[in-house]
Amino acid sequence: MRFVTAFIWSYMLWLVLTAGSKGLLWSGQELVAGVIFSAIVAFTTKDIIGDNAVRFLNPVKWVGFAVYSIGPLFWGMVKANLDVAYRVITGRIKPGIVRVPVDLENDAQYTILSNSITLTPGTLTVDACPEEKALYVHWINVTEKEPKSSEVIAGPFEKWARRLGR
Amino acid sequence: MNAVTYLIYAFLAVNMVFNLLGSFSLHRFPDVYTRLHGATKCTTFGTIFAVLAVVVHAAYQLHITGDPKYLQMALHSLVALIALLLTNPTGAHAIAKAAYISGYKPAKAVVDAYEEKLRGGAE
Repeated sequence: MRFVTAFIWSYMLWLVLTAGSKGLLWSGQELVAGVIFSAIVAFTTKDIIGDNAVRFLNPVKWVGFAVYSIGPLFWGMVKANLDVAYRVITGRIKPGIVRVPVDLENDAQYTILSNSITLTPGTLTVDACPEEKALYVHWINVTEKEPKSSEVIAGPFEKWARRLGR
Repeated sequence: MNAVTYLIYAFLAVNMVFNLLGSFSLHRFPDVYTRLHGATKCTTFGTIFAVLAVVVHAAYQLHITGDPKYLQMALHSLVALIALLLTNPTGAHAIAKAAYISGYKPAKAVVDAYEEKLRGGAE
């Protein structure tokens, strides 16, 4: 099963990279070469990829990811950049590392949430500790020294991460 | 000069402003963590617009000429953008954690919960 998951991912990437080799579609040579190279890649990475990575092949999740990255994540990045730009120009900073308790279940959710946090308003994930259900976040403008939830830092991202990584 | 060209120039201008701010932040900020803020956020955001400019240009040329090389151009830039969005925060996290563990304390910090956690773990 892990082999199949890795194979499908690499073959899709191959198809994206070689689109347009015959008209706007694919030539036969590219399709065959893709099968060979995807099989090699899948064979070598099948022990690294997780057992339940197959759930990310669900197209409903891709729609979720697309909506998330175009909607809330992009808006968050716009705000983050204007904020950092303001701080670069004025030099008005109040940095610190805070502990943010989060309520997530698996590694994929931690990855999504901490990457989103790094890309958005004035925050940078230093470490994630799934065993104590907390993230350590470097915050460029500390307003609350011991936040009770990720609401202050990440806004709606925790809900999104929980839904997308399930 | 038509509307599409102006749109491409607008995207490139946004990209340049934010990448410039990102480099500028390396001068303005006091320590490695705050500098990472500038270096990850501003450059990622700027590069999104650079890629958007390429995609708009390629889509427009594809529309005019129908040459498949422009389809490849657009798709390859999008793949590069996705790779960047995935690796840039991950790399920033790795640098921040490595810097902390090798002993760089955040400058001017008002609170440092991570130090307490590491100290608690050592005892």
